[in-house]
Amino acid sequence: MNTAISKEDVYSILEKVSDPEVPVLSIIDLGVVRDVILSDDLVEVVITPTYTGCPAMDMIEVEIKATLQEHGFERTKITTILSPAWTTDWLSESGKQKLREYGIAPPQGAAKSKRALFSEESGIICPQCSSTNTEMVSQFGSTACKAQYKCLSCEEPFDYFKCH
Amino acid sequence: MKDHLYNFLLHLGDNALVLGHRLSEICGHGPILEQDMAMTNIALDLVGQSRNIFQYAARMKGGDTTEDTLAYLRDATAFKNVLLVEQKNGDFAKTILRQFLYDAYNYPLYKRLMNSSDKDLAAIAEKSIKEITYHLKWSSEWVIRLGDGTEESHNRMNNAIQDLWSYTGELFKYSDYEISCHESGILPDLNGIAEEWNAEVKNIFAEAGLEIPEKAWSHDGGKRGVHSEHLGFLLAEMQFLQRAYPGQEW
Repeated sequence: MNTAISKEDVYSILEKVSDPEVPVLSIIDLGVVRDVILSDDLVEVVITPTYTGCPAMDMIEVEIKATLQEHGFERTKITTILSPAWTTDWLSESGKQKLREYGIAPPQGAAKSKRALFSEESGIICPQCSSTNTEMVSQFGSTACKAQYKCLSCEEPFDYFKCH
Repeated sequence: MKDHLYNFLLHLGDNALVLGHRLSEICGHGPILEQDMAMTNIALDLVGQSRNIFQYAARMKGGDTTEDTLAYLRDATAFKNVLLVEQKNGDFAKTILRQFLYDAYNYPLYKRLMNSSDKDLAAIAEKSIKEITYHLKWSSEWVIRLGDGTEESHNRMNNAIQDLWSYTGELFKYSDYEISCHESGILPDLNGIAEEWNAEVKNIFAEAGLEIPEKAWSHDGGKRGVHSEHLGFLLAEMQFLQRAYPGQEW
């Protein structure tokens, strides 16, 4: 293994691992990498799942190991932690920008009470035309992390990466 | 190994897995596309939650036990899920009511498990509660829409209540392992959960224009492995591949 390797070096390598469901986001943008621990010749990457059933997590583990190996790290270990639970607050600003450019509305501000019935996050900005005249179609979308919205101005449907 | 904790984990994991499997049966058959996706999203959350719980149980058990052997290689009598979750999907009203009656129990349960004396279980609960909150909101809204909808949807909700009410008593009836878990601070008092469940159901039913049935006889047995005939058929489908082709991967 390379000598004098720093945590930052590992983080910059991990920037190359993308979310298989939303390939414009790196796992660093997504905020799932919670720590990198270097000891002797072992690199341990501590990750946390976005949603418990997210099928992308298994894929992400495989890709982290493969990417680190490409960069000369033979001994790697992935540790998954559940607490503290992942939140969209950990999504980086550059990640939000990338989502918008990709056509997915990024999470906006703090979520209201999730228990208020028939409530929805309003004023979500359409990633196509930037209108805030939008409405929720369903709080469950094409993946666990997204809700379905439609824009009442340009009439296009879009995915919203919901506050979680 | 703490047997009572292990059995309690199987109970929690089986509840999530069996209901998750039931909902996954709807994939491609939902009444409209958005609700088909909602139910399969919820199925995914539940199966994910059962994986976290089974992974923990498998670490505790050691040896050859894995999350997969727990899900695919146990027979019906080893499953400890409540009878409510194994009941068949029926029409949309029954699917919704089963979900609501369960979510209204699961939400206060997991909220309390976040403070469990068992730290691993508390972490699983902290992760799961965010998802369970979405489930309860979704199923509550649909109980109101259907109950307070058309004559047809209202009647169907009443039929669903007739079918499912007798499976709700079991939720709050302690099994042996729940008593031991309660005594060691792993599990909070089921009576507190029952109170919150009763208030929630009363509120939502009132808004939906539905009546809570008179106190009646209730089924039990699921928590100790005595199931309705439906579970065997469910497992036959869910476990087929691993039973027919042991160790198969895709």
